[in-house]
Amino acid sequence: MIDELSAWLVLAAIALCTLSGIPGLFAARSGRAWERFAAVLLVGGCIAAIASGVLGLLGYTSELDAEWSIPGGSFHFGVDAIAAVFVIPIALVSALGAIYGLEYWPQREHPDTGRGLRAFYGVLTGGLLLLVVAKNGMLFFLGWEMMALAAFLLITTEDQHASVREVGYVYILATRFGTLCLFAMFAMLAAASGGSLEFDAWRPALAGPLRDAIFLTALVGFGIKAGVMPLHVWLPGAHASAPSHVSAQMSGVLIKVGLYGLVRITSLCENPPLWWGIALIAVGVVSAVLGVAFAIGQHDLKRLLAYHSVENIGIICLGLGLALIGRAEDRPELVALGLAGALLHVWNHGLFKSLLFLSAGAVVHATGTREIDRLGGLWRRMPRTGMSFLIGAVAICGLPPLNGFISELFIFLGLFRAAMLLGGPTWLVAMLAAAALSLVGALALACFVKAFGAVFLGLPRSSDGATAHEVGKRMRMPMATLALGCIAIAVGPAVLAPILDDATKAWLGHGATPLELAAPTLTIAIANGALLIVLAIFLRRAARPKPAEVGTWDCGYAAPRARMQYTSSSFADMLVRLFAWALRPARHAPKFTEYFPQQAAFDSHVPDTVLDRGVRPLFRIVGRVADRVRMLQAGRIHLYLLYILATLLVLLLFR
Amino acid sequence: MIYVHVAIHVALVLLLPPLVLGVINKTKAVFAGRVGPPLLQGYYDLIKLLRKGVVLSSTTTWIFRAGPAVSLITTLGAAAIVSLGGHAAPLAFTGDFLLFATLFGLGRFFMIAAALDTGSSFEGMGGAREATFSCLAEPALFFALLVLAKATGSLSLTGMLDSRLSDVWGTSGAALVAIAASVLIVLLAENSRIPFDDPNTHLELTMVHEVMVLDHGGPMFAVIHYAAALKLFVFGALFLGIVAPLGYIDEWIAWPVFVGTELMLGVLVGVIESVMARLRLVQVPALLLAACLMSAFGALLLVKP
Repeated sequence: MIDELSAWLVLAAIALCTLSGIPGLFAARSGRAWERFAAVLLVGGCIAAIASGVLGLLGYTSELDAEWSIPGGSFHFGVDAIAAVFVIPIALVSALGAIYGLEYWPQREHPDTGRGLRAFYGVLTGGLLLLVVAKNGMLFFLGWEMMALAAFLLITTEDQHASVREVGYVYILATRFGTLCLFAMFAMLAAASGGSLEFDAWRPALAGPLRDAIFLTALVGFGIKAGVMPLHVWLPGAHASAPSHVSAQMSGVLIKVGLYGLVRITSLCENPPLWWGIALIAVGVVSAVLGVAFAIGQHDLKRLLAYHSVENIGIICLGLGLALIGRAEDRPELVALGLAGALLHVWNHGLFKSLLFLSAGAVVHATGTREIDRLGGLWRRMPRTGMSFLIGAVAICGLPPLNGFISELFIFLGLFRAAMLLGGPTWLVAMLAAAALSLVGALALACFVKAFGAVFLGLPRSSDGATAHEVGKRMRMPMATLALGCIAIAVGPAVLAPILDDATKAWLGHGATPLELAAPTLTIAIANGALLIVLAIFLRRAARPKPAEVGTWDCGYAAPRARMQYTSSSFADMLVRLFAWALRPARHAPKFTEYFPQQAAFDSHVPDTVLDRGVRPLFRIVGRVADRVRMLQAGRIHLYLLYILATLLVLLLFR
Repeated sequence: MIYVHVAIHVALVLLLPPLVLGVINKTKAVFAGRVGPPLLQGYYDLIKLLRKGVVLSSTTTWIFRAGPAVSLITTLGAAAIVSLGGHAAPLAFTGDFLLFATLFGLGRFFMIAAALDTGSSFEGMGGAREATFSCLAEPALFFALLVLAKATGSLSLTGMLDSRLSDVWGTSGAALVAIAASVLIVLLAENSRIPFDDPNTHLELTMVHEVMVLDHGGPMFAVIHYAAALKLFVFGALFLGIVAPLGYIDEWIAWPVFVGTELMLGVLVGVIESVMARLRLVQVPALLLAACLMSAFGALLLVKP
């Protein structure tokens, strides 16, 4: 039984999560019992999923295989080491989000949307779990589409706002285009491997002549879901518009399934060409640098966090690209460092980004605004939320003694080793990537100290912030859990190393260099632990309340006011100017010609360059062309039935 | 024997930094034809500040008080990683260079947060500049570390700066010259010296580091002063490790020679501060970019055809 336990557990988890919100749909709008019922079901399902993931990581991997009537499909799934690495964060973040949602989006305050939100949240969680454990292309697609469509319905929860509807359209278009690419990829894989849709049967396809085309379609199809630059156009708006626990789930785990796809496809390729790794590193560098640069220019707290997802996805791509280079050049230590860094960063980003989104959600919940420059001084009113945001901010900047530092250390070590060991173009690529990663770290620091300072420190800039209150237990508990997770990974890399080695082994298909040989996991754990203890002692001393008798001295300025504080846009201004070539910031400044000018206004913002200057003009052209064929799309259902019948007839004729 | 070296390392790290500042100020005074403050003025200032009380602004939270503490702890951590005069550092492991760089990052994070905590626009301005300039200094430092790693085949700062480096001067000296220049620029920028920042100015609008700490006083200001001196000392040790590798001479003679070179570095910084004017703020990014390009150029020089 234990041989199949993990597969049965994950099956139960998928069923429980998917169905968790369905009974509530039939309940009355005012029914409050069902929201707890849904949360209990989902948390139970997620616990089962975590258990199966842990079993998978301990080596008790198992598979189940059953017939399915769909052509090419079979219920073939299982929790191997790679799937387990993704199952655990998906389950953890989804469960914590469900608990958070009880207070953030309660049924009694949102009678119209509450039931649907919970139902789709469950379907999304189930879809995510299904797609990472599927071993068959059709089953994978089932999970993929559950995830993609449920996410659309969640993003458009507040569809009374035109901006949310627009964001929803952009998302659905992007995800359809991604699915189209994946269709093409699966078709090529099946064609090159005798028509089979089983993952295990695809190995020959990735050694054959079609493999470069397969890799490129995978890069685009999965890259859209992961949100790599410049395919990220759907991401910032979607993350900002969704309810915060959904944003946490999307940013923390949903976009990671794009990377899961890339990890899975590349694992099937015995000896990938060198340029695959170089291409992934290039994609990673562009995403990381431009992602963080766009984040710096944002005024909306959740949009800022969303652009940081683009950055972190870029860092993960860097690690995966490094592993691919190691595989192509037969350098096992590069594989170990690159893949361990990438997979650990999947966990880390799942933890700290969800933590940041939940903290941002608490701020939105308490103040009713996402505008950073309307906030300020929240630390006094919401110290626990502030502490959560601070931990998340330090972690996401890759600073010791928190978890972001560990995964970035692995990737840095891998890049440095690649630069030392290899020559030719690879040395150049590794060198530039290492320097770019250091730039990204410094930019992320600038961005997060700005966001943290502007939101939590100083004085409230508007009445929104002045009346805030600390959030309740159900919102604080998930944040505290995620913060503890960040600390646990920081002091436990030596424990994690064997787990990551298992995943590397599963990815390579044979034994790999143990991570301990390539990176000093134990020393790092001790150094981080010592730093944590010293900081904790000193910060506890600093946290003791001290009497404050005067206002800020500020070189003797007599009457400082809250509105005179440095705003987040002023803080970011120099960096936005440095990156103006990519960001194209819009400034609307008044021109003063008279000696006594009238009242005037200034505003500046950083729109998404790719969306506004690339995608929108392109779709305007597409729209003009599509107008010509519009008559086919008459909006009458019998006409569509006729099309289907005609297509079937044509297909039967040519069979 | 190793414990004696560690003890000397710790003693130098704890005691020497204010003296380097004293040397800089004495050099500047000599250039200006003044007598200048005594060499030990840095220590007197610290003692004076430690005996004073603290006035806290009602706007601030404990983040404001945490800033100096974190910056001191992280700088001490970095000082344990850098090797002095070719001796093995107390803390040396594969990848310690990243801990070295990110510890300064953590200190910076909390110092900027402390500045923003006052709600003053001057201090916010200083914080913004600090954050911006270090974004440009970071890649320059990493290019230099890449060169050191590739040239010596080591992934720890101790290994990068040990006796192997003296051989590299023979084989790829040009690359080391390029990164030494770049590290010197980073040293001046990260420690807020001329031409990036004027530690003596009293005009808030032009300052970076000093303007961030306007509201800190008494013992907190002493901690900030000491941490700043220590940071200069640590960056100085990194720079000296590149330009004057002492790994090949006798390990006991290396200590006094190292102290001598560190004081000479104080003279060098003093000379630079005396003969140059502070750059206009808008020109600062250009100089830092030049430092990046210079160390990138150094990295390219290492590629054998």
